[in-house]
Amino acid sequence: MELKLAGEIPGSIHLCSGQEAIPVGACRTIEPRDAVTATYRGHGWAIARGLSLVDLFAELLGRDSALCGGRGASLYLSSAPHGFLGENSIVGGGVPIAAGAALAALYDGSSAVSIVSIGDGALSQGAVHEALNFAAVYALPLVVVVENNLYSEMTPVRTMVRIEPLSRRADAYGIPGETVDGNDVDQVQKAVGAAVDRARNGGGPSLIEAMTERLMGHYSGDAQQYRPKGEVAAAREREPLARLRKVAAMQGQEWIRRLEAIDRDAMDIIDGAVASARQIPFPDAATATEHVYG
Amino acid sequence: MADPTGARELRYIQAVNLALHWALETYPEALAFGEDVALPGGPFGATKGLYEKFGNRIFDTPISEAAIVGAALGAAMRGRRPIIEIMYSDFSLVAMDQIVNQVANARYVSRGKWTAPLTIRTQEGYSPGSCAQHSQSLEAWYAHAPGLRVGLPSNARDAYEMLRSAIASDDPVMIFENRLLYSTTGQFELDGPVEPVGGTRIVRPGSDVTVVAWSRMVVEALKAADALALGGRSVEVIDLRWLSPLDFSPVADSVHRTGRLVIAHEANLTGGFGAEIAARAAHDCFWDLDAPIQRVAAPDVRIPAAPALQEAVIPTASWIIEAIGHALEQHE
Repeated sequence: MELKLAGEIPGSIHLCSGQEAIPVGACRTIEPRDAVTATYRGHGWAIARGLSLVDLFAELLGRDSALCGGRGASLYLSSAPHGFLGENSIVGGGVPIAAGAALAALYDGSSAVSIVSIGDGALSQGAVHEALNFAAVYALPLVVVVENNLYSEMTPVRTMVRIEPLSRRADAYGIPGETVDGNDVDQVQKAVGAAVDRARNGGGPSLIEAMTERLMGHYSGDAQQYRPKGEVAAAREREPLARLRKVAAMQGQEWIRRLEAIDRDAMDIIDGAVASARQIPFPDAATATEHVYG
Repeated sequence: MADPTGARELRYIQAVNLALHWALETYPEALAFGEDVALPGGPFGATKGLYEKFGNRIFDTPISEAAIVGAALGAAMRGRRPIIEIMYSDFSLVAMDQIVNQVANARYVSRGKWTAPLTIRTQEGYSPGSCAQHSQSLEAWYAHAPGLRVGLPSNARDAYEMLRSAIASDDPVMIFENRLLYSTTGQFELDGPVEPVGGTRIVRPGSDVTVVAWSRMVVEALKAADALALGGRSVEVIDLRWLSPLDFSPVADSVHRTGRLVIAHEANLTGGFGAEIAARAAHDCFWDLDAPIQRVAAPDVRIPAAPALQEAVIPTASWIIEAIGHALEQHE
C-alpha cells in the first residue's frame, strides 16, 4: 500500500490484508503438481504458492518482471512453473478455468488437484454456478475456497445473498460444503486438506467457505465509508496475525521475541525484494504488441 | 466415390466429423466436449461415432457455455488440446467473458508462458424459420478480439482443412460453420498436409469486379458470378476463409486488376467484417478503385423467424448481382 500511495504502482491494487491465513493454510495442503487459481485479491495466494517476491513486486511496479513482463500487474499475476494459473479480475471468472485444470488431471494421469479461491460476491456469478455443477457432474478434483470477507466489493454480502452460511450452496451441486474460521490457519489447513485428499482420491469437488474480514478497502482507492465505525478496528483484533501475537503473549517472552524477529525478517525480505524489483527495467515499449499469437 | 488420387466426395458435415476423428487420433491430448455431442452424436451429427471410437475422450456437458469454454481453457493451459462445440453461435454470447476476457488473454498476459490451444466449433446463419436467437452471424465480434483466430469454411473441403488447421494451432481458434452448408458436398483428399491457419482463396477468377465473401455468401457470390457470366461479365470471387489472421493482399491484388469491389456477408451491415475489408481497401487500393465499394449484408435488424420476413433481410445472389451492377455502372 505504501508503494501505491507513493505513486510507484500504477493502477488499482486489491490487498488481502486480514485474509492471509486462507492462502497460507490452503497452500500448505497441496503439491507442486497441483493447480492454483486466484482472484484479483490474490497476492497472498501467489506468495503462498512460492512465487518470487522480487518478481511479484516487479510486476506490481509495471516492470519487466519474470512473471508477466508488465502485461499482468497486480490483477493477473501468474506463473506456469508454479502451477499458478493466475489471478482474474472478472469476479468468479477463474472457477470455470480451475474446473478445466481439474479436468486435465482426469486425463493426464497426474492425480493433480485444482484449487481456486473466490470471494463471497462470486457466488452470485452465473459462471461459478455453471462451473460448480460441471465439476460436480464429472467428480472433478476441484477445491473451491470462498473467502467470505463479508463484503462483495463494497456491498455487504448478507444483503445480496439470502442463504447463510454460504457453504450451503454446496448442497445445490451435491458436493460437500463446510464453513470454517478463515482467520485460523489451522482450521483452513484442516478443511482444505480434507477436501484436497477427497479430490485426489476421486471424491470430487468441495466448497469451503472461510470466514474472514478485510482490513483494507476493496481496492486501493476505497474510502470504505460504507463500513460501520469501529468495524475495521475490531477486525484488527481478530485478524490472523493479531491472533498469533495473542497466542505468543500467553506463551511468554521467548515467543514474543521470536515473533518480533520473524516480523523484522519479513520486513527485511520485503524491503529487499522491493529494492531488487526497482532495479528491474521497465518493459521495452517495442514489445507491447508481442505475444498476442504464437 | 473413391478416385485414383484418393480424393473422396463428402458432405460438409462429414468433413467436420472426419476432421474430429483425425484430431482424436492424431493428438493423444485432444479432448472433445459440448452439449449433446457424445451419446447423441451432436445436434447436427458432427460428432457421430466419436464416442463409440474414443470413449470418454468425448463427453456430453450440462447446458453451460461459460463452463464449457472455461473448462477448455483450464484444460488447455494444463496440457490438453480441447475441441469444444457451442451449438449455435448465438449461445457463444453466454460464454463471452470466458472467450474474450479469459481465452484470448491467456497467452498475452503471460508472455506466452501459458497458451490456450483450443478450438471452439460453432455454426451460424439463418435457416428457414430459425428464430432471433438461432440465426445471428457473429464472426465480427470475435474477429475484433486480439488473441483469437476466426475462420468460416464455405465448403466441405474447407470444413475439413480449416478445422484441422484450427486444432493443430497452438492459439485459440473459433470455427464458424454454417448449417445450411452441412449437406453440400465437395471432393478432396483426407491425407494432405495440415495448413497453418490463414489464407484466402480465389474460388473463381475474373476481371471485371472483385467479390469478397465468406461462409455461405461465397455460394451466393458464385451463383451471382454464374448468372452474370451469361451476360459476358467476368466476376472474380474471393473466399476470405479466415477473418483472423486476415490475408488481405490477395484482395488488394484483385482490386488492383478489377478496380471494383463488392463485399458480401450474411451478418448485419454496421460493424460487420465487411466494414474492415472496405476500410482496408479504401486505404490500400484507393488509387485502383474505379467505383465506390459496395457492401451486401443483412440490414441492421434482428433476424425474424417467418420465412416471408427472412427473405426480406437475408442477402442472396440477387442482392450481390445488384451490388455488382452498381459497382460496374458507376464511372464506367
